[in-house]
Amino acid sequence: MLVIKNLHAAIEGKKILRGISLEVKPGEIHAIMGPNGSGKSTLAAVLAGRDLAEVTEGSVTYFGRNLLEMAPEDRSREGIFLGFQYPIEIPGVSMVNFLKTAVNEHRKYKGLEPLSASDFLRIMREKKELVDIDSKLANRSVNEGFSGGEKKKNEIFQMAMLEPKLAILDETDSGLDIDALRVVANGVNKLKRPDNSAIVITHYQRLLDYIVPDVVHVLYDGRIVKSAGKELALELEEKGYDWIKKEVDNQN
Amino acid sequence: MLVYDKRKLMETDQDRIINDVTSGDYKYGFYTDIETEKIPRGLNEDTVRLISEKKEEPEWLLEFRLKSFRQWQNMKMPSWANLKIPEIDYQDIIYYAAPRQKPRVNSLDDIDPELKRTFDRLGIPLEEQKHLSGVAVDAVMDSVSVKTTFRETLAEMGIIFCSFSEAVREFPELVRRYMGSVVPYTDNFFAALNSAVFSDGSFCYVPKGIRCPMELSTYFRINSANTGQFERTLLVADEESYVSYLEGCTAPMRDENQLHAAVVEIIAEKNAEVKYSTVQNWYPGDKDGNGGIFNFVTKRGLCRGEGSKISWTQVETGSAITWKYPSCILRGDNSTGEFYSVAVTNNHQQADTGTKMIHIGRNTKSTIVSKGISAGYGQNSYRGLVKVLKNAKDARNFSQCDSLLLGDKCGAHTFPYLEVDNQSAIVEHEATTSKIGEDQIFYCNQRGISTEDAIGLIVNGYAREVINKLPMEFAVEAQKLLQISLEGSVG
Repeated sequence: MLVIKNLHAAIEGKKILRGISLEVKPGEIHAIMGPNGSGKSTLAAVLAGRDLAEVTEGSVTYFGRNLLEMAPEDRSREGIFLGFQYPIEIPGVSMVNFLKTAVNEHRKYKGLEPLSASDFLRIMREKKELVDIDSKLANRSVNEGFSGGEKKKNEIFQMAMLEPKLAILDETDSGLDIDALRVVANGVNKLKRPDNSAIVITHYQRLLDYIVPDVVHVLYDGRIVKSAGKELALELEEKGYDWIKKEVDNQN
Repeated sequence: MLVYDKRKLMETDQDRIINDVTSGDYKYGFYTDIETEKIPRGLNEDTVRLISEKKEEPEWLLEFRLKSFRQWQNMKMPSWANLKIPEIDYQDIIYYAAPRQKPRVNSLDDIDPELKRTFDRLGIPLEEQKHLSGVAVDAVMDSVSVKTTFRETLAEMGIIFCSFSEAVREFPELVRRYMGSVVPYTDNFFAALNSAVFSDGSFCYVPKGIRCPMELSTYFRINSANTGQFERTLLVADEESYVSYLEGCTAPMRDENQLHAAVVEIIAEKNAEVKYSTVQNWYPGDKDGNGGIFNFVTKRGLCRGEGSKISWTQVETGSAITWKYPSCILRGDNSTGEFYSVAVTNNHQQADTGTKMIHIGRNTKSTIVSKGISAGYGQNSYRGLVKVLKNAKDARNFSQCDSLLLGDKCGAHTFPYLEVDNQSAIVEHEATTSKIGEDQIFYCNQRGISTEDAIGLIVNGYAREVINKLPMEFAVEAQKLLQISLEGSVG
């Protein structure tokens, strides 16, 4: 589904990613962990097409197509969803209007007719129940005045509406209390299908108690320095990142 | 249930708009080739007499015009606005142009088919039976009113809705009593000019205790070249009455600037309410700032009676230059004035717009919500005065002035003036300036929404508070316009 080869990227001339290679197959959940500043969010931004980061080397293919050449909105329409670490507020634009526009853009891209208002509202009701979010959120402006937890839940709700093939969740768990964390994780699990995949970027292991990854990668200094099964996350939780940093530094 | 249906309609309309709007051109820029009667260019006393004569006016009106003209001759164009206005040669303008047709139109069959087609193309229905939404229209092209619909229906309730010229002929007493009572001919340069040469416009009188059952609307169209448009609108809402009034305007695309100097006067008697909504879409000029309408308009409402209310809502997307301050004089105790405005300036457009709220009576309230949007090289100024006179006990005002910037070559300016002579007044002013954030656009992109649509969405969200004040039919048009006006403004 997604093949990243030797990806290098810089922000304002500063090298952030220094040769990342990663393959995500349909149905897989990959966790990417790592200390602050290791490049986790930059990787998410590059995959979603945010032009803040400049790709200097390497390639990313998505279903055989060059992802880096696609416009951000086309990436979305092709099934890539980014759950934002800091969801953006858009005052005056209701969630209903925002999502309806988004869903219908996706449908247009696939050659489908736009949804009627009643169909749309029905689907929205179903998805709201699925991810267990407060129905009042939908009548408010996009993320405006939402609490940290509400914003993150709202990201999962949007994911439910857009049914992505590849979900990239950028520290969706940060700043969540345990109840909110459970809601977010449950949402992700309920939306799991055999053919869709997720990249879960997280700083802490605790999200992975709820979302069980197939592979855990450790990102450090712009490179994936270790990949292993889900038990790696537990080891990191216990021992921290220092032993990995040491391992890497010794090799250099 | 009705409410639900309307919302549904609105949502499908929104979809249609977003799909529909892919080209950023001014869609109303066509010219109708119709036989027009024009008088020679230039302005002197004879011109004023000629206009009056053409309109077969009574002596008192000619006197009013001549007084105004003499006043105007002694006045100078105001220069205090934050606008760069090129020299206007008032002798190079045609002050009267009328589509040649039977002087008094009684049925639709009397209207030139070409004229009918023009208004059809503009989406303005002159045929009542085809018009489902129940809006009565007065259509004005160049200097004359072409047709007023639903006159008879309204007349049954005692509501007068007709062209200004007809009102002068048929209801001279009403016109005489109210004309110039809110905007005297001495008021300002453009009001004096208008009072001297105004050609037509709309007149409306709603009698005591009557709620006007439909939206009344005037549609202004400049068609002829080198012509100025000087219309006058007079709305009188008698005690305990209600009327909602809409105004729309467009003009063909031309390289030269054209002058539009209108006067609107509203009088609200005891407990009467008037809602006045404008979607101003005069031709704004091209991308390089050539052509476009100069829009110098004096709009003022007088809340004369106790408990009366006047509410202005405007969406200003057109004109090369806009100079306009729809205002309320709150004379009656417990009267209310409101001003809701969205003004867009893109490319080289300039707008200096705002309001004046003059609190005279006790317990008077005013609300000002102004949303400026600047893009390209556009310059957008809010200018507002809140004045509380000595006897205006317990006056309240709330003002909110927001500016949104797209790009870094445009400008937003705010000039709030406060004059408070009564210590019991509570006056609040809030102002914000923001830019459409890259991160907002990217957030939309990431959900599959293109940048162009994202801007439309964000801008409409920003302006929603004002657009919500518009009647349904206009709200949809306004949303569409906002998006069109800003197309191509973010690269």
